Amino acid sequence: MSMSVEDKLFLNRYQVHEEPHIRILDQETCMNDCREQACLFICPARVYQLEEDRISVHYEGCLECGTCRIGCPHLNIEWEFPKGGYGGRHKFG
Amino acid sequence: MSEQFEVAIVGAGPAGISAACVLADHGVETIVLERGEFPGAKNISGGVLYGSDLARILPDFEDRKPPIERNIVEQRIWYLADQGGYTFSYRDGLFETDLRNNVFTVGRAKFDRWFANQAKRKGALVVSGTVVTDLLRDEQGAVRGVRTDRPEGDVEANVVLLSDGINSPLAAQTGFRPEPEPDHVALGVKEVIELPRETINERMNVPEADGVTIEVLGAATQGMNGVGALYTNRDSLSLVIGANVADFRDHKKEPYELMEDFKGHPMVSRLIEGGTPREYMAHWLAEGGYDHIPELCGDGFLIAGDSGMLFNALHREGSNMAMISGKTAAEAILEAREQGRYDANTLRAYTERLRESFIFKDLKKYRKFPGFLQKHKELFSTLPELGRHAALEMLTVDGVPKKEKQRAIWKNIKRSMTRWGLFKLIWDGWRSVK
Repeated sequence: MSMSVEDKLFLNRYQVHEEPHIRILDQETCMNDCREQACLFICPARVYQLEEDRISVHYEGCLECGTCRIGCPHLNIEWEFPKGGYGGRHKFG
Repeated sequence: MSEQFEVAIVGAGPAGISAACVLADHGVETIVLERGEFPGAKNISGGVLYGSDLARILPDFEDRKPPIERNIVEQRIWYLADQGGYTFSYRDGLFETDLRNNVFTVGRAKFDRWFANQAKRKGALVVSGTVVTDLLRDEQGAVRGVRTDRPEGDVEANVVLLSDGINSPLAAQTGFRPEPEPDHVALGVKEVIELPRETINERMNVPEADGVTIEVLGAATQGMNGVGALYTNRDSLSLVIGANVADFRDHKKEPYELMEDFKGHPMVSRLIEGGTPREYMAHWLAEGGYDHIPELCGDGFLIAGDSGMLFNALHREGSNMAMISGKTAAEAILEAREQGRYDANTLRAYTERLRESFIFKDLKKYRKFPGFLQKHKELFSTLPELGRHAALEMLTVDGVPKKEKQRAIWKNIKRSMTRWGLFKLIWDGWRSVK
């Protein structure tokens, strides 16, 4: 039986900070100029999801790999580490 | 108000902690800043480590109760096609006795926490839950400390060791090294799958404390330049699969789907059957090789480990290069300390030493290897399928003479690849590793 990415993220421990550590700089670029919208499929945590008029950022499940930051064809993602002590916390690593 | 130390280290991974151990041994006032809740909380690797490199930092590591998962006695390589695959492996009794802990598996959350504790015992200060957000510089531009996300969190230091890992927003922001291009890093995802210890022993044909590593090449990455792996831990298996970020983008393949497909391969599914997934993680691996190692020192700073792109993809050596580069950086800092100067020229002794070590020598030997894989995508698509066809022809007993089967194999190869293409593949492959 295949496991969804949501099931996978559910295995992990997170300490979520109320302030997002990821921000799309300009939604217009995503919706009008970006043909690939690579963030929708390269992110291993499916943080980015396509809504009617924008791309939403579900930073809570972020695995902190950085792929979206360099993989966005327009470098349109501002990405910082979560605040100290926040974000994912590995059990095994 | 700010704190003052001789050395500030960014990141409590194997590079930073190794440096801290060496510096603390020499009584240098050292602070290690770690963004995770504890050292190891953010850290991940496939899970393989090497005893001889660890012993160069901690000669008595085996007496310090390191959280080793399993001592590796057998190493396998799989070359997978869609439904089948070739296996090649080596096992030796020596790995159970004299060469024990030559290679072993770890869970980095536990291991790095233990490792950081050894540095603390030696006198280094390790501060967790603290993100370094900027570098402090003097009027000449030399690095003189770090800014953290704590209130009044500036830390002044004579020299800063940047061992903050391959994904470094700090590098992106301050430019101490260039941000990687998508084709210079691979994205790996990992799942830890729990199984009863006895089940692992039986399935892998190993005694209680020993284990097996399996490196997986071929069609498992579905035409993308990448690798998979399956490693044995005490009570779990680590399953890893990854590919070049540019390839993920071009192929529009979701990493978690790639993992699910990998888990469904008949050679993998039998091994993980009945297991319970416990954790899912992701991380980059440096793919650029020797030609994409950045300048590893400047005025008031050095770079070690993953942050310096020190990774040997062919031999899956990364954590050990981190340890040895961290140690080497610390030794260069000790020399600079004697001279009382931390400018780029003085610190360049670090790069010189690395050049003489196995790190630069190995990476130089394989400098063409990343390009070889990126160029010859047939290694991940056409070739494994040809291999599968050949094996099925020869192993299916159906009354057809072997000569005819050989002809069918050659015909199939010639249909998919030119002689020249095959020659180029072998030639380029040989040249990339010789």
